Amino acid sequence: MAISKSRPLSPHLSVYRWYLTMALSIAHRATGVALSAGLVIIAWWLLALAGGAGSYDLVQTVMHSILGQIVLFLWTFVLFFHAANGLRHLFWDVGYGFDKTVAHKSGIAVIAAATGLTILVWLISFIVA
Amino acid sequence: MVEFALPKNSRVERGKEHKAGHGGTNLKQVQVYRYEPEDGKNPHVDTFEIDLDKCGPMVLDALIKIKTEIDSSLTFRRSCREGICGSCAMNIDGHNTLACTKAIGEVKGPLKIYPLPHMQVIKDLVVDFTQFWAQYESIQPWLQTYTTSPEKERRQSPDDRQKLDGLYECILCACCSTSCPSYWWNSDKYLGPAALLQAYRWIADSRDEATGDRLDELEDPFKLYRCHTIMNCTNSCPKGLNPAQAIGSIKQMIAERKT
Repeated sequence: MAISKSRPLSPHLSVYRWYLTMALSIAHRATGVALSAGLVIIAWWLLALAGGAGSYDLVQTVMHSILGQIVLFLWTFVLFFHAANGLRHLFWDVGYGFDKTVAHKSGIAVIAAATGLTILVWLISFIVA
Repeated sequence: MVEFALPKNSRVERGKEHKAGHGGTNLKQVQVYRYEPEDGKNPHVDTFEIDLDKCGPMVLDALIKIKTEIDSSLTFRRSCREGICGSCAMNIDGHNTLACTKAIGEVKGPLKIYPLPHMQVIKDLVVDFTQFWAQYESIQPWLQTYTTSPEKERRQSPDDRQKLDGLYECILCACCSTSCPSYWWNSDKYLGPAALLQAYRWIADSRDEATGDRLDELEDPFKLYRCHTIMNCTNSCPKGLNPAQAIGSIKQMIAERKT
């Protein structure tokens, strides 16, 4: 049909009202990408370990700067979010939690768990330090 | 392919405003997506002000009132007005549902009505279902058997029959498929929740003997595995069905037969 080429595409993202499950799904992907990027920091830290006191000091200084601390804090949250939501996916994979109210609640639980664990880890790190 | 922005010819512009005549205290703004294929213009959103005291309770009533009293060129599909035909599926207040079973009272603020998302618009709220039907056909939605037919019907125990509950009720309105971001980006290769729910309806049928073939057909990185459990399908289904769970069950069956 000749006419179909000129037919417009109906609006999608711009009109769809977000569900929590939808937001967490894209967040899962985004945190996955962020975690891969964060591996560069870990690799850098490991290389510095092998490189001796001078290079290790540099990593420590950068990571203890305010920017470094913010990056590490966010990365901790991203890690726990991705892990907790990954667990949620495992439950789906074996057939549980598909009810829409359950899926919404398990989403809230993931956010709560990720927030709680992040705060816990940082509290411990401050106590130990 | 993932393309967040709409193509140039699809950008939505501001349209006309139709004020309600004098009188009326219970006024509601209804914003409706319009597209006229013959005037060469982009789609636009018209605003109609209607008096709810002189209108039925459902969104479909509002659309019919507008078509009857204000603009007879307003185009939409509708038939049964009781949620069983699936014709009036559209995006209302940001979610896909049936206009005939969605109460106007549930929507706060202006009532926004768009066609089903990420589909080719034929006119106003009417979209092209060609591909959707082709995908439904591709899962071969009929009973397939290899054994000789019994003298009368193929029998099914009440327990086996119960396994089809939550599957056979689908009215193919396409609310689920067109709510799914995976389907938006890959509708050429991903079958989408509606077709997959129906695929599972036949996989789960104790009388069907083509289960293995059906699973073979679905075991594909795109047809089935573009589902990432975003759950929009289940959240939007106006019949309260659960396509996400049906898709999960198919994935499980494919995984289990490998072990």
